[in-house]
Amino acid sequence: MTQTSDRYSNRTYRRLKALKRIGLYAGVTLVLIYMLFPYYWAIISSTKTRESLYSFSLVPSLDFSNYISLFNNPIFMGAIVNSAIIAISSSVLSLVISLLAAYALGRLHFKLSRIILICVLMISVFPQVVVLSGMFEVIGWLGFYNRPAALIFSYLLLILPFTTWVLTSFIRDLPVELEEAALIDGCSRMRILTHVLLPLMGPAIASTGLLAFILAWNEFLFALTFILTDENRTVPVAIGLLTGSSRYEYPFGQIMAASVTVTLPLLILVLIFQRKIVAGLTSGAVKG
Amino acid sequence: MASVTLKEVSKSFGAFDVLQSIDLTIEDGEFIVFVGPSGCGKSTLLRAIAGLVPVSKGDVFIGGEQVTDVPASKRGIAFVFQSYALYPHMNVARNISFALETARMAKAEIRQRLTRVADMLKIGHLLDRRPKQLSGGQRQRVAIGRALVSQPQLFLFDEPLSNLDADLRMEMRFEIAKLHAEIGTTMIYVTHDQTEAMTLADRIVILNHGRIEQVGTPRELYDRPANRFVAGFLGSPRMNFAPVHTDTSSGLLHGPSGFVFATSGTGSSQPVTLGLRPEALEIVEAGTAQSISGTFERAEDLGYEHIAYVRLSDDLVWTIRSTEPLSGHARGQAVGLGWQIKDLYLFNEAGIRVDVEAARGPVVAVQS
Ligand SMILES: Nc1ncnc2c1ncn2[C@@H]1O[C@H](COP(=O)(O)OP(=O)(O)OP(=O)(O)O)[C@@H](O)[C@H]1O
Ligand SMILES: [Mg+2]
Repeated sequence: MTQTSDRYSNRTYRRLKALKRIGLYAGVTLVLIYMLFPYYWAIISSTKTRESLYSFSLVPSLDFSNYISLFNNPIFMGAIVNSAIIAISSSVLSLVISLLAAYALGRLHFKLSRIILICVLMISVFPQVVVLSGMFEVIGWLGFYNRPAALIFSYLLLILPFTTWVLTSFIRDLPVELEEAALIDGCSRMRILTHVLLPLMGPAIASTGLLAFILAWNEFLFALTFILTDENRTVPVAIGLLTGSSRYEYPFGQIMAASVTVTLPLLILVLIFQRKIVAGLTSGAVKG
Repeated sequence: MASVTLKEVSKSFGAFDVLQSIDLTIEDGEFIVFVGPSGCGKSTLLRAIAGLVPVSKGDVFIGGEQVTDVPASKRGIAFVFQSYALYPHMNVARNISFALETARMAKAEIRQRLTRVADMLKIGHLLDRRPKQLSGGQRQRVAIGRALVSQPQLFLFDEPLSNLDADLRMEMRFEIAKLHAEIGTTMIYVTHDQTEAMTLADRIVILNHGRIEQVGTPRELYDRPANRFVAGFLGSPRMNFAPVHTDTSSGLLHGPSGFVFATSGTGSSQPVTLGLRPEALEIVEAGTAQSISGTFERAEDLGYEHIAYVRLSDDLVWTIRSTEPLSGHARGQAVGLGWQIKDLYLFNEAGIRVDVEAARGPVVAVQS
């Protein structure tokens, strides 16, 4: 016999359930406000005139003069193009390299693979400042200084450990028998990678590629150090160096407008790939 | 079509010897089944033949040619995996034709072969589907189709039916047997289902701890097991065993109470274990001459057969199988188990079967 004497009535349990649901939604709303407020604030500020900027208001005033002056700023527009080129090439390049590395590390069993993986993980632990001066030297030797190549090259160092790690664990999760079947079907290692594994790795590629892109798109320290002239700047630095009409004016509205503008492509990408990102990140995590 | 020869094939993973000096010859066109307990190395042996794992020692010959170092794709084999290993992102047609596509075969020829295989396996209506839109049995057919299309000289199956339910398993078993009868290609089939082994095999190879225990036709293995392991492995329910000892003065073999058997005397191959299959036993009145005494435990009615359990001692329960109902005895009731000398198996210290006729003494078993 189960104990039934010390329970509430059914109605009480129903009310409790309703109460819990209200609590849940209240909590979710709070968290959402906490996370989204900075973006909202940036959007509002970017549409305020210079005069109203310092008055507190939560409604946007829909004044787009900041955006207009921003899009007429050749340095900023150039920076967007630079950023796009650099972010796309470094994320594509790192995907290609890390895919090859991940296949070797995840599948072809050789003694060093464990050690290499641990090294890769350790590299990703170093703070950027640590590698900054060494990287500066290397870029000098290669003659990349003040060129987009400097950033593409140095971003690989930031991105590769992470993409290699994620793709390796993803490849390890794919059934070995699939590859054995392909081997028997006469495939070379390269054909296995391109025709069997790659099509199955869509989610992983999308998520790691996107995160790599975001990393490169938002990077500031290397971009500030390795680029000297305005026409080669990337967006984060260009925003930081935006100037107002006079030396003493801080162009807050324009900076906000610029931030909103450069976040937009990221948001769109994230929304497009949202499903795949979640699938890619969890499949590695849950099974690995 | 090809014969397969293994010469002293060994395989170790680190210090762990999975296969130990396997010698085996498989004739052209034979259907060979590898059976053995889980972890005995069946899959590893099959993979070694396929070239998916390199052997540590020894040589593999297919069709008389040494292929020990030849890559899997060049051995002229096809492999059907337990998990089917169909390419999830390709439809059935491409799954089947992928090997031909990889070999750069002409489109027309690919289509022709695909159609033939699809007809043979009755999967023509599934060609546009992805593997995940197929049932287990259909996936199995596609996997076999993928193996068939490259017209291999040797088929390797690793537990192909173990993911299917009982009905489908029986149906596919029949299909595989039919396929072998039609194309006559040499097939090696790994399973741990002894029904599959007994029904499909021309010859069965029984493996245990990376060694071959016995090779022979299903009948041979069942009737004349080389040793205790083989005797206990084939048969369901498994063979009943009991320890025996020889009384050196009288030459009588003593076993479970009531069991007496006269041996020819002493020797190196003294039996230490006796075996009787469940279907060789018969429940008789307690105290019947020549019967082994025990107490009735329980009966099971499976409809087509009947199983009873009889306790011989505290730690020994024997199984009796019959086509006749075995109920009608109360739990704990004393009963006798009748048996015949022709059904008796004896095993020596090393587990090797001792020929009962040779071990039999001049005195026919007497009652004690
Ligand atoms: N790559 C490997 N590394 C180390 N040990 C392995 C490897 N592959 C197999 N083994 C070991 O070799 C032994 C035999 O494995 P195998 O897969 O051949 O067994 P099996 O007879 O097919 O068993 P099952 O019936 O469970 O499929 C097992 O003990 C297994 O743990
Ligand atoms: Mg196995």
